[in-house]
Amino acid sequence: MSQAILQVEDLSKSFGGVKAVSGVSFELMENQVLGVIGPNGAGKTTLINLLTGFVRPDRGKVLFRGQNIAGMKPYKVANLGVARTFQMVKPFYQLPAFKNLVLPLKSPRAKQLTGGRYGDRDAVAKDLLEEVGFERDSWVIFKQASVLPHGYLKRLELARCIAMAADLVVLDELFSGLSLAEVASLVPVIDKLRVQGKTIIMVEHRLRELFRIADRVMVMNFGQKIAEGKPREVMEMPAVRGAYLGSEEEGA
Amino acid sequence: MARRLERLDRGIKVRSDDVFALNSWREMLYIIAPRVLPVLLLLVLGLAATPYWQRVIMQACMIGLLAISWDLLASVGMVSLGQALFFGIGAYIAGILDHYAGLGPWLTIPIATVGGAALSTLLLLPVLRLRGIYFSMVTLIMPLMIERIIEATKIFGGTEGLSGLQPMPHALVEIIAAMAVVWVALFSFNRMMSSDYGLILKGINDNDRAVMSAGLNIYLYKAQALFLAAGVGAFAGAFVTHAYQFVGMPVFALDYSILPIAGAAVGGMGTMSGPLLGCFILVPLNELLRGLGGMRTVIYAVLLVVFTVGLPEGIFHFIKRKYTQFERWVEVEQ
Ligand SMILES: Nc1ncnc2c1ncn2[C@@H]1O[C@H](COP(=O)(O)OP(=O)(O)O)[C@@H](O)[C@H]1O
Ligand SMILES: [Mg+2]
Repeated sequence: MSQAILQVEDLSKSFGGVKAVSGVSFELMENQVLGVIGPNGAGKTTLINLLTGFVRPDRGKVLFRGQNIAGMKPYKVANLGVARTFQMVKPFYQLPAFKNLVLPLKSPRAKQLTGGRYGDRDAVAKDLLEEVGFERDSWVIFKQASVLPHGYLKRLELARCIAMAADLVVLDELFSGLSLAEVASLVPVIDKLRVQGKTIIMVEHRLRELFRIADRVMVMNFGQKIAEGKPREVMEMPAVRGAYLGSEEEGA
Repeated sequence: MARRLERLDRGIKVRSDDVFALNSWREMLYIIAPRVLPVLLLLVLGLAATPYWQRVIMQACMIGLLAISWDLLASVGMVSLGQALFFGIGAYIAGILDHYAGLGPWLTIPIATVGGAALSTLLLLPVLRLRGIYFSMVTLIMPLMIERIIEATKIFGGTEGLSGLQPMPHALVEIIAAMAVVWVALFSFNRMMSSDYGLILKGINDNDRAVMSAGLNIYLYKAQALFLAAGVGAFAGAFVTHAYQFVGMPVFALDYSILPIAGAAVGGMGTMSGPLLGCFILVPLNELLRGLGGMRTVIYAVLLVVFTVGLPEGIFHFIKRKYTQFERWVEVEQ
């Protein structure tokens, strides 16, 4: 039996009167993929912010390999090996696509792991972009991020996580806003991360693709975890059906 | 038929972007001239000028350093309204070391540069987390506050200041050192900003959350940039102190905060060369208008407005564009 890489206990955060995340606990085994679903405003992004240091919890623990990282600064969490993507993409708009990756490659963690490759950071960056589906030797990698289509910016987000050599990768709606073809091209990239031994948390609305990738799925509603289990089983649970029928899939 | 102005890179620009073009003299010259000519031009002006105008050029260099320092901070997202803080702290450290310990410019200027950088960074460290306007407001107030403290406590000569300090060794040393430091600062900061380290600094301005999730401590980098910028400003203050053999409360005056920004507005921000160029225009202009008495400020202000409205990109960007691109009108079908 593999070991828990992440243990979350009673994690809670309110904004004013809104309980964005309330009493959430779960465990994640090494090399597992956990899907997180739930209607808009359920607290999924806040949960990610809590895991990665962008929001300080009111209560609760986040144990990453036994170390409590709750409330730790984002850059420290990142250097421990927890990387994330942003639902609202956050590239360096003024920089060419490949130069975007020079920053994570300069992080203490990446430096330590790539050691001798200090000199050819640009080359490493270009390899990484190819890995997430940028066309090699095309002009796209030299284009300024501000003119790149949305699909490439999403890939850039993922490439940043890979550049950080993260052990736990947290994806916030990576597939949203992408075409079916783009999603299809990203699924193998995520599969590959998994083969490399990474652990993944995926917040996702695209259930069909998510269920193919995820080992387990956790369902959130109004800041609380309302269910957890195997993908298909979870969708059969009455509470989950209620949450979904009550909001998005009205009339479906 | 509508017309549209089209801009294209000049052939020589494109060719000289390529390293192989370095075989041709013409293209070598194209790359080197814009770097070497300003240096030579300033050198000739500086050596040929009368002592009075030498002093003006020296002042332009020092305000220019404050402008370079301002632009460095601005490109990391810290808009400083208080360059006088760095200038004043450097000036007072040099003045104090010379007046009370008799150290002389060769020692006081380096110590004031590093010490001033450290002290300014420490003073601003608590506000490094503040964003945008809040950081600016604190930098605006701080030098004025120090001025009042000196006035109230009468320390370091109080309102009288410290006079009779040791001068620079020779007028020629003074002007050449001033120019040399300006060019060294300009070229090394420009180089730094285009390195990967510079990318991080610019990244903080572009998107600080992405920098954090790239595992980089933005406060550490901001503090480093602040240290460098403050050091440049402190050097200018220390230098001027020895040039005039005097330090007093006016070194914290608003002028030293406003002039560099005016230089950046006229010259064009974001390249360091622009703000420097702006200062080389504004400082001598200020002298030329001196004879006009009260009208000076009005004319100065009008010119500033004309410049910034007429050429919002700044003179430097304008010249650079003309140098690297040609324009032509093309007809576009509606
Ligand atoms: N920084 C914030 N300030 C105030 N309220 C917030 C903040 N972030 C999230 N919220 C609120 O918390 C709730 C959960 O939001 P979020 O985590 O973004 O949900 P999801 O990602 O599941 O759509 C929402 O009601 C949202 O308005
Ligand atoms: Mg969300």
